[in-house]
Amino acid sequence: MRGLLLALLALPLTAADVVIQNAKVLTVTKGEFTGSVVVRDGKITEMGPKVMAPSGAKVVDAGGMYLMPGIIDCHSHIAADAINEGSVSVSSMVAIEDVLNPEDIDIYRALAGGVTTANVLHGSANAIGGKCAVLKMRWGKGAREMIFQGSKPGIKFALGENPKRRGSPSASPIGGSPGNLRYPATRMGVEDVIREAFTEAKAYQAEWKAYQAKQILLPPRRDLKLEPLVEILEGKRLVHAHSYRADEILMLLRLADEYGFKIKTLQHVLEGYKVAKEIAAHGAGASTFSDWWNYKVEAADAIPYNAAIMVKKGVLVSLNSDSAELMRHLNQEAAKTMKYGGLTETEALSLITINPAKQLDIDSYVGSIEPGKQADLVLYDKHPLSNYARVQKVWIDGEMYFDREKDMSDRAAREGRKKTLLEKQRRAQQEQKKNVPFRRPQ
Amino acid sequence: MRIFLLAVLGAGLVFGGADDTFLIRNATVHPISGPSVENASVLVKDGKIAEVGVKIAAPKGVRVIEGKGLHVYPGMIDSATQVGLSEISSVRETNDTGEIGEFNPQLRAVTAINPASEFIPVTRANGTTTAIVMPGSAGGGGGGGGELQALLGGQSSYILGQASLVNLDGWTWEEMEVRRGAALQMRLPQMPQSLGRFAALLGVEGPGGNMAEARRRLEQQKRQVASFFEDARRYQKAKVAKDAGFKTDLRFEAMLPVLEGKLPVMITATRERQIREAVAWAEKEKVKLVLAGVREPGKMAEELAKKKIPVIVGPTLALPLDDDDPYDAAFSLPAELHSAGVPIAFGSFGNQFARNLPYQVANAVAFGLPRDVALKAVTVTPAEIWGVAGEMGSIEPGKLANLMVTDGDPLETRTQVKHVFIRGKAADLETKHTRLYQKYLARP
Repeated sequence: MRGLLLALLALPLTAADVVIQNAKVLTVTKGEFTGSVVVRDGKITEMGPKVMAPSGAKVVDAGGMYLMPGIIDCHSHIAADAINEGSVSVSSMVAIEDVLNPEDIDIYRALAGGVTTANVLHGSANAIGGKCAVLKMRWGKGAREMIFQGSKPGIKFALGENPKRRGSPSASPIGGSPGNLRYPATRMGVEDVIREAFTEAKAYQAEWKAYQAKQILLPPRRDLKLEPLVEILEGKRLVHAHSYRADEILMLLRLADEYGFKIKTLQHVLEGYKVAKEIAAHGAGASTFSDWWNYKVEAADAIPYNAAIMVKKGVLVSLNSDSAELMRHLNQEAAKTMKYGGLTETEALSLITINPAKQLDIDSYVGSIEPGKQADLVLYDKHPLSNYARVQKVWIDGEMYFDREKDMSDRAAREGRKKTLLEKQRRAQQEQKKNVPFRRPQ
Repeated sequence: MRIFLLAVLGAGLVFGGADDTFLIRNATVHPISGPSVENASVLVKDGKIAEVGVKIAAPKGVRVIEGKGLHVYPGMIDSATQVGLSEISSVRETNDTGEIGEFNPQLRAVTAINPASEFIPVTRANGTTTAIVMPGSAGGGGGGGGELQALLGGQSSYILGQASLVNLDGWTWEEMEVRRGAALQMRLPQMPQSLGRFAALLGVEGPGGNMAEARRRLEQQKRQVASFFEDARRYQKAKVAKDAGFKTDLRFEAMLPVLEGKLPVMITATRERQIREAVAWAEKEKVKLVLAGVREPGKMAEELAKKKIPVIVGPTLALPLDDDDPYDAAFSLPAELHSAGVPIAFGSFGNQFARNLPYQVANAVAFGLPRDVALKAVTVTPAEIWGVAGEMGSIEPGKLANLMVTDGDPLETRTQVKHVFIRGKAADLETKHTRLYQKYLARP
């Protein structure tokens, strides 16, 4: 009974069919056209200059505005109550999924910036970090319902300055208290931490294999730290590795080659342009900033041409935000790759749609406007690669989650509600003062 | 070899004359001070704009730049940066933004500007020709650490130093200098808003906690600021009266132009109450006020308009202050201030993203700021605010030839900046970034 109730709750509130017509549709993978997109049961069923609208479908006149696939941010830290388990060098036993906060206002703000899916990552305090969660920005729903069904599990790795910071007596630590030294303190140590962990994981994997082959009778003791690493070795968990400098990028690729696993994406990867050939050869994706630079030493050689060079050298590239603010204008970040390096409009839009979808192994569901894909769509009033463009409406699975008109028209009511609540709080405080003459000891 | 020689000779013929004298022709000229003109020319002589119009013949021997398909705008003025004062924000040794001490009016940003900073060519390459470079938070050379130290020490900086106005080109800071002192950078004492985990250390535990102590501290700090200004006035009188025993004091000396109303005071004030306090304080002290960091002007917008107090807005691409603020609060703030009648100029408030100033401006346009006002807010309006309207900010005869030449709308990211002229000299558009791009694109 309880299960049934939960199942009912999980159903979309408005599963109505939608036809978005009179739109300039930027499909990203199938060119552009002016016409309609038909959505049934949360999926795109038909598109083109002329379509058959299903009877009873809700019709949205786009008024000639631009419709593109929902933006996918491959690196975010919103909607989570905790980011870094920084007390250990390998924190693969922890998971972002366990600390999701579906009430983080940044989810709504991301929606208002056209983002429909985000890879919420553990922080970069340790060489091997925690497990990440791919979320759909289903604002208003519970934590479970935000999780992208069918997305592949992932994990965060981190190289360079951040994971070695806890080894420095002077620097401010990430996720720890000062004076509490932790190995590693160098890039050499970072490599060693990863190598030690995978050596252990291989032995652990072998134990389980031996048990499954009935070579040993007792099952090995479960190790929650090593299990995710075994999943990596078996290709069941995607590695997203925070990295900056060319040397550390190459180190990780070679280490992964040696242990027989793949790096799914290099995150930040600001010197990726220096080893683009090697990244492409390994088959790793690169998820970078458009133009961040010089905020730390390992970002001194960061250039805004990074994405374009890597694209030209055959790397699968996406642009990410790592910031609740930047997340709201990834379309404008994409435009920067046209300015710096001369990518085409479609290449630029790919960096925030189909490419991050591929990097998260969700491209069969989202990342472009194509029949059969989930109806995650964004309507902009101008071409999304223009700085003057503003998000008007956002759909996830065909359900409207953001509507600028509604946001604007609701503002007065929201302001009123806030005033009422503040007044209520003020009164409650007054009452409390009257009744409890307690003052905190000083 | 022969071809090379011919090329050099040819270039010599075309590019004759002094390097700060040239003609841009057949371009669309946007003077900002007046309507845009198509197929127009701009004649620059000795670093200054000599003539603007449709029928200008190139004087003999003058270098001609073909402007077909191009647009000529005044170079942008960024009204809030720390370019040259801070290189890598996380490395203390590269930061010269924040000095120790409560009152430092004698500090001048300009002499600490590193003219070899990578931020200078990178910012310039996107069309910003002139920038305010301002001192920042207290102690530790800059960054958040110093500010925390100041908090924990129970003291803060109120007068941070003098912001300087500089052109983003020059072999030395002296060649970059436009105004050594453009504004006195100040922060007024404030009630701690949210100190989080540091609150306990300060003995201030928020509402219901040790508010009385916080108020007492605030009043004390306000008196400290007031008495510094009183002392400065006494010094001024003593100097004018040539009092016996008058001794030069560099701090008070630096205060004279402020007291005379020649040097504006730039104060960071975020919310309505802080803005009200800053305005009241400036009126009481009779100083010229410029506000920065405004985020929630509320009813004060009308006051600022009435009193013609300019606001340096930015960064536009910012999160709202509070969870329940409209998502676009920062995007639409410039429009809100403008429609109330407040004079606005844009600042990037940083170094890393100073090159994105035009895109910050474009976002304000997307959320309601008229485009012509937006362009003025990076050209003529800041020139007025910083007292250099006679020298720059528009394309008019007599003004410095600080120009950007683009292949389209300068507020759009996709637009390329083709030329930048500073004091009539073609600025190098090559940067560390373009060099690394060429080098690694060519990697076999």
